[in-house]
Amino acid sequence: MPLTFHKKPALVMYVTCGDPDLATTREIVLAAIEAGADVVELGVPFSDPVADGPVIQRASERALKHGTTLGQVLTLAAEIREHAQSTGLIVFSYLNPILRMGMEKFCKVARAAGVDGALITDLPVEEAGEYLRAMRAHDLAPVFLAAPTSPEERLKRIAEASRGFVYAVSRTGVTGARPELAEDARKLVKRLRRATKLPVALGFGISTAEQFAEVGEFADAVVVGSAIVETVERNRGREAAAVGEFVRKLSAISRQLSA
Amino acid sequence: MPETLMAALEELERAYERAKRDKKFQARLEELLRTYAGRPTPLFFARRLTQKLGGAKIYLKREDLLHTGAHKINNCLGQGLLVERMGKHRVIAETGAGQHGVATATVCALLGFECVVYMGTEDMRRQELNVFRMRLLGAEVRGVSSGSCTLKDAINEAMRDWVTNVRTTHYLLGSVLGAHPYPTMVRDFHRVIGREARAQILKAEGKLPAAIIACVGGGSNSIGIFYDFLNDKKVQLIGVEAGGRSEKLGDHAARFRGGSPGVLQGTYSYVLQDSGGQIALTHSVSAGLDYPSIGPEHAALRDSGRAEYVPASDAEALAATTLLARTEGIISALESAHAVAELVKRAPKMKKSEIVIVNVSGRGDKDIGIMRENLQID
Repeated sequence: MPLTFHKKPALVMYVTCGDPDLATTREIVLAAIEAGADVVELGVPFSDPVADGPVIQRASERALKHGTTLGQVLTLAAEIREHAQSTGLIVFSYLNPILRMGMEKFCKVARAAGVDGALITDLPVEEAGEYLRAMRAHDLAPVFLAAPTSPEERLKRIAEASRGFVYAVSRTGVTGARPELAEDARKLVKRLRRATKLPVALGFGISTAEQFAEVGEFADAVVVGSAIVETVERNRGREAAAVGEFVRKLSAISRQLSA
Repeated sequence: MPETLMAALEELERAYERAKRDKKFQARLEELLRTYAGRPTPLFFARRLTQKLGGAKIYLKREDLLHTGAHKINNCLGQGLLVERMGKHRVIAETGAGQHGVATATVCALLGFECVVYMGTEDMRRQELNVFRMRLLGAEVRGVSSGSCTLKDAINEAMRDWVTNVRTTHYLLGSVLGAHPYPTMVRDFHRVIGREARAQILKAEGKLPAAIIACVGGGSNSIGIFYDFLNDKKVQLIGVEAGGRSEKLGDHAARFRGGSPGVLQGTYSYVLQDSGGQIALTHSVSAGLDYPSIGPEHAALRDSGRAEYVPASDAEALAATTLLARTEGIISALESAHAVAELVKRAPKMKKSEIVIVNVSGRGDKDIGIMRENLQID
């Protein structure tokens, strides 16, 4: 199962596909895997990313300018899978591009590409009936977000619907780096532990090695997104190398879990 | 909708359901609508316009006479009172034409809330008078310069604010859009338009109209006037979308002409989008209709055939503005002028014994600059 975490904390990395272009995204992801990323979230750019801060908004705009599509992201996933058998691959998307492709077709193509799961940012668990059926039928893992504002009964539903791991949102807000880890984060992970035995990955706002280490004390995995995307933005021409260095620095903090 | 907002939406739904059944809440809202907003609004017989078009007898529902100049205040007062009940003190809103922003800023001043309004920078340019009004009322107006710099982008930014400050902030959404309970709640606060119009026309004419025409951006004024006529099957309900400058994707906001089912900003409805599910840019001379999706209840009314939706172009709306100004002395908002444009096409084909009501959802002061640019009168 590629969605199993072998390190503590495991590193889940997010990248906006097609920024600056799909060939570079492929190099970035392979370099990150080589450097120790355990799970890769392949971000599908969307015109109206309401849950994202400025960094991912800019990346999405760049990716859409040359017409990056969900179909292309799935093709990219298949290419990455050829080179990386044991890394978890998750499609990270807003709902509309998936609806437009069709839930059933999306799951079928994703499975064939070797994708392990999906996370739809703006699909709450109570609206997910059709999605969950299609995902289950194709043996794909749905991952849901849990928020600091989610009451206990929602956490329970989120945990029950999720496979692989649950994604805990560290604070109220959009994606993007923050100087400090919110107090909400620890509390939410603690509450999730009571609701589920699934591993918990914590994301939103984590960008530094110090924060990565801090989160590693209480969560099973850390999601790093905007910091990766910003590294891509700031290192034109040497994106893959720069992301590789960054991921290596974070990975060095984790310790291997015995199998 | 992002998970972070789900608890707030559930809280809002509970608060609204309780308020709906609470006589004290309803009485306070009714009093504010009457003594502050100026309800009921008149239903005016447009004699000269009726003669000029030579067909159906035309009545205008004068929402433009409400305080702040448009129907938007109905919903803002309702949600404002809900904010009080929920114990929140900060209100955010999006605005396109600025009418909802002004109404929100007004209610926040009235009830003592902090107010932040998000507005596309393109809309701030073309509706600058309303930007100043909001600031005069004490609201902070934040410009949004992503996408097409219009209403959709303002909603994105308002949602980002809400997701960050959800514990203290209420999002006072201005149309029948967004996640549940907004489309239902906003509709309920605007139902008063149709309720009044129905009683007024029965009193004036002793019968129901053959047709009701209203413009549809998100669709709040139209659903407001349609709703109490839904069971009167002989009353034709006609929504008018922004036909813009051409039928090409990106040149208009006619969701029923070029859109397909999709999800935008928490609403499953008809959406203008490309083959990959990316939301299309839109254009309309009227900022309030310039939006790529439409209220889900309109989508249902259209699919069931109960209501009909047609586009009116920028040019037709501008021509209708002049016509209404010169026959009846009423300068309507460019949004409402789209409804008048459809009236111009439809009334002459109707019988003289038939009645048509047009909802004049707002007044045109805010659009004077655009009218001046486009009408070449002076």
